[in-house]
Amino acid sequence: MEFTRRETLAIGGAAALTVMMPIKASAAIDSYIEEFTGGADMGDAGLELTAPEIAENGNTVPIEVSAPGASAIMVLAAGNPTPPVATFNFGPLAAAQRASTRIRLAGTQDIIAIAKLADGSFARTSKTVKVTIGGCGG
Amino acid sequence: MISRRDFLQASMAASAMLGASGFGQWSRLAAQQALTQDQLLQFDTFGNVSLIHVTDIHAQLKPIFFREPSVNIGVGDNRGAVPHVTGAEFRRLYGIEDNSYSHYALSSGDFEALARSYGKMGGLDRVSTVVNAIRADRPDAILLDGGDTWHGSYTCYHTQGQDMVNVMNGLKPDAMTFHWEFTLGSDRVAELVESLPYAALGQNIFDAEWDEPAELFPPYTFFERGGTKIAVIGQAFPYMPIANPRWMFPEYSFGIRDENMQAMVDEVRQQGAELVVCLSHNGFDVDKKMASIVTGIDVILSGHTHDALPEPVLVGETIIVASGSNGKFVSRVDLDVRNGQMLGFRHKLIPIFSDVIEPDPAIASLIDEQRAPFEAQLSEVIGQTDSLLYRRGNFNGTWDDLICDALLSERDAEIALSPGVRWGPSLIPGQDITREDIWNVTSMTYGQAYRTEMTGEFLKIVLEDVADNIFNPDPYYQQGGDMVRTGGLGYRVDVSKPQGERISEMVLTSTGEAIDPARNYVVAGWASVNEGTEGPQIWDVVESHIAKQGTVTVSQNDSVTVTGL
Repeated sequence: MEFTRRETLAIGGAAALTVMMPIKASAAIDSYIEEFTGGADMGDAGLELTAPEIAENGNTVPIEVSAPGASAIMVLAAGNPTPPVATFNFGPLAAAQRASTRIRLAGTQDIIAIAKLADGSFARTSKTVKVTIGGCGG
Repeated sequence: MISRRDFLQASMAASAMLGASGFGQWSRLAAQQALTQDQLLQFDTFGNVSLIHVTDIHAQLKPIFFREPSVNIGVGDNRGAVPHVTGAEFRRLYGIEDNSYSHYALSSGDFEALARSYGKMGGLDRVSTVVNAIRADRPDAILLDGGDTWHGSYTCYHTQGQDMVNVMNGLKPDAMTFHWEFTLGSDRVAELVESLPYAALGQNIFDAEWDEPAELFPPYTFFERGGTKIAVIGQAFPYMPIANPRWMFPEYSFGIRDENMQAMVDEVRQQGAELVVCLSHNGFDVDKKMASIVTGIDVILSGHTHDALPEPVLVGETIIVASGSNGKFVSRVDLDVRNGQMLGFRHKLIPIFSDVIEPDPAIASLIDEQRAPFEAQLSEVIGQTDSLLYRRGNFNGTWDDLICDALLSERDAEIALSPGVRWGPSLIPGQDITREDIWNVTSMTYGQAYRTEMTGEFLKIVLEDVADNIFNPDPYYQQGGDMVRTGGLGYRVDVSKPQGERISEMVLTSTGEAIDPARNYVVAGWASVNEGTEGPQIWDVVESHIAKQGTVTVSQNDSVTVTGL
């Protein structure tokens, strides 16, 4: 059969979407975390991660991390081919220990944030961000 | 001392026992076969504030038939909870007698016979009569429109929502929030919103570029009523750029943003709000979860998932009111607000029986005026139906079976896909199918019927993806639609499984052979969210198919097997 350009594009889009199943975190994640924390225990208080439940556009997902008093916050996209997103370091003169950025997600996965808090302890939080084909809304 | 929560629970119990919420009386009235406007409107005015809620009208200016779902599966914490209770089970839960008019209005079962005895429902001229009656009891009642108002009909499409704006203005709402309105395109939405004599609210409508609140849509507005200061916070549909084409409104970003909702609740409380109302298009399960996370909301007026519940649901100290769709119902909520606290409520879901409630003549003529230029096209008879045509339900409805048949034959495809939207009125056997009827179930600004090829593997990904939008156990990951409808394709779905494992046994129904992941299949569908989709408009495809059939008969569809319930 003959394909129009549009149909070929649609099929291209179809092929690209085959990665949209939830992506499991790789074992490498643990080593990134260990490198950051030195293997220390992590609490869950003192760190907030804001991200959409479902990404409007997987290519540019807005996220924000905030941990009052923290000296550093690491962000990992657990299902991306290259999980480290960024590590934000806050100097003593930083007015707020908060950062926001946009990240690209290869598919539905967990975003993990780990903060080094003022007292030297670590906090960890995560959130699942779904990347979906879309359509079909009520 | 009685806590506020006890007060609310006592209100709930009283309404259940005394029939103040209406349904208790309906059964008795139904037994007498006596249905009058006065009885439908009967309400002992209570407290000092009245809210009136309409939502998801989908541009249905005139009375329609609308069959409620027989399949509406709840998962996770919502398994077996309302609104995921249907048919006879729903009637037992609320003490509704079989064959009563509340049976007909609120639940599935014997729809065809009951539709013949009780007639059509809705019509904005009848809705207006109800609103006027409530305002006669309480002149400063607040009328709130939950959105999905400027979408869903021939006239709405051709006037780009102007018909609905004109008629709703006649009802004088006090505020509104949004969903399908945005599929008119952001320029048209801005034009209409700027013309509104009432507030266009959405705390979760953000500027996409800067991720800051969008100027055109304030998060909330205040009302001074009954000696109290009332804040109404808007919550637009959170997943518009995902469920609908993002390219039509690229300037905007949405999301649930419950942290911002909490900030807005705190802000209005600081400014002296004694009652906080959320006008929501989240969908019912999302509203329930939001009510459990955000504190300080007294009332959520819930829309999007088209559920009609005869009683509010209490989550923490928040009552959630679901008011149905397509103009079938108006909710009245009277509240007793004292010293900055909501102490009690009285609620009634008023069914709009179009043969019982007198039309408001002013609004009736306003509606006629909107329709007059299109009357010839609207009323043209395309065919007849021998079957009940309905859409609502988690899987295939007969309207969608017919649409899929049209796609398969008119677009010469092996498989058809039709979106699991929840709007679209029903037709009963013996009725003519007019062009208006076809548009009522297909009208949209991205209705092109595409024809393409998909591999078996990709078809599975599509089904898994959509299934997760309905059956993810966390409501925040649900988009509030139903399952994509399939023609020519059968499958098995286990709703209890995670994404990637729900769909199995996909077969081509024409031959019974299993879907080959590696093979390409010719697929026709409509309502693609991709920009530049090409093909004839779906209403033309369906019209051509029906015209060829003359009289349509839709046979029973057993192509989907559901497990894991």
